Amino acid sequence: MSEKRELTPYEKVLAARSSERPNTMEYIEALFTDFYELHGDRLFRDDPSIVGGIARFHGQPVTVIGHRKGRNTEENIRYNFGMTSPEGYRKAVRLMEQAEKFHRPVITLIDTPGAYPGIEAESNGQSNAIAESISYMSRLTVPSIAVMIGEGSSGGALALAVADRVWMLENAVYSILSPEGFASILWKDAKLAPEASRVMKITAQELLEYGLIDGILPEGRRVYQAMDRMLRTELASLGKLGPDALREERYRKYRKIDRTAFSG
Amino acid sequence: MNIDDIFLQRRKRWNSLLQIRKNPPEEMKECPVCHKKIEKALLRGNFGVCTECGYYFPLSPRRRLELVCDAGSFKELDGKLSTGNPLDFPEYEQKLAQNQMKTGQTEAIVTGVGSIQNHRVAIGIMDGRFFMGSMGTVVGEKVARLCEYAGKKKLPLVLFCASGGARMQEGLFSLMQMAKTGAAVERYRQNGGLFLSVLTNPTTGGVSASFANLGDIILAEPKALICFAGPRVIEQTIGQKLPEGFQRAEFLLEHGMIDRIVARSELKETLGTLIALHQPKKKDKNHE
Repeated sequence: MSEKRELTPYEKVLAARSSERPNTMEYIEALFTDFYELHGDRLFRDDPSIVGGIARFHGQPVTVIGHRKGRNTEENIRYNFGMTSPEGYRKAVRLMEQAEKFHRPVITLIDTPGAYPGIEAESNGQSNAIAESISYMSRLTVPSIAVMIGEGSSGGALALAVADRVWMLENAVYSILSPEGFASILWKDAKLAPEASRVMKITAQELLEYGLIDGILPEGRRVYQAMDRMLRTELASLGKLGPDALREERYRKYRKIDRTAFSG
Repeated sequence: MNIDDIFLQRRKRWNSLLQIRKNPPEEMKECPVCHKKIEKALLRGNFGVCTECGYYFPLSPRRRLELVCDAGSFKELDGKLSTGNPLDFPEYEQKLAQNQMKTGQTEAIVTGVGSIQNHRVAIGIMDGRFFMGSMGTVVGEKVARLCEYAGKKKLPLVLFCASGGARMQEGLFSLMQMAKTGAAVERYRQNGGLFLSVLTNPTTGGVSASFANLGDIILAEPKALICFAGPRVIEQTIGQKLPEGFQRAEFLLEHGMIDRIVARSELKETLGTLIALHQPKKKDKNHE
């Protein structure tokens, strides 16, 4: 077999966005049994860009939450291209509260171009919804694992990713915003996205080196098997920690995650 | 005093001399909104608010502290924290140096302890003029340390927010500041701390979607822009012009996202009153 060439950062961006890639629903179907979807934020509406519910993982009940993207235009319009509104983050928080109450681990699957930048989303408190999801995840007393399965962009991704363990697929990307947005803010030209992808350091391999993520999963035919093994291992090790220890370790993880970046 | 401090002081002095040479001291300042020329002394006496149209000029952290804290009460914490260049981002160090020269600040936030109407508080003031008030690792670290300090010393926490969002040049390290500050504020609040968040123009992006919007009580200055996605991004996405006043403090108040809009001239008293309301019951002389 010939050696696989490593994709360039921008090629990874394109790969991460490809509709050929398995999406959240396919991972849920492949990895869990008895998935039962739950709907709504109990405040305003159900945001279809987030799917969440209860399932079993090797018999153990877990709460699964993920961004939902479609296979085609029609589905994508229905799911708003994986761009979440405040109602979606509030639904996620509601499901996490439930997970905590019933001592279920939380598993999140991240795949979003970012939080939805729309009039209603802003009017309904996009900032507040993301902030509340981040702060709630930071104090969960059950184990949490986030997996970047495609594009993880901006606060819209982080809102579901303040987890005990953060893994990425080998061609997933995780960034402060889209390379297009970055290039247009910094260089006033969205067409410079390939260059932006390079300087932003958004690939799984770079982020692992910086210590910002915990591991990388191989893609291809074996992706489900690899993810299954990772989840089993991580859940087993996190399951040994009590609620206070889990919360304390998670606090320390994010408190110290950037310790190499500044001095004083 | 160590060598770094000496150099920083020198740089500040050079900078102020250069500034004077470039812009000879003018007695007047023009309002960017109504273009009225206002005497600087008058503007200062009016809390940096345009006497004609009510526009809120941005304030330096030092001026904000003068307006909010009791005279001479402020003591800075973590003033020496300085960012590296975690991604080796091209020209980041030069940009930082330029912003330090321009503002005389080391970073986009000043944190410390002071008192407001004789109540001791942990207080942080963001500087929207420094790199657009963007949050990188140092801003996040100073906020997190301030939360921990306030928690340990059982002090109320007051943060004046002003930010264009995350610091692009620090990439995902900047995104992680939302998690770090969100977790620190949350822990402080869970342990019984009182967090008063004051949103000033502009409070956007990663700051808006983390600690700024986690206040027990959220106040805002009139007309401050407060949002996650900026108006231009939204206009590009939906392809239409946004309504007048969209994402301004008054709009957020109407939509239930903030508690009150407070005029700059009344902020000190308001903060003092709110802090007093969270103190243990006072003995009321009239009822003894």
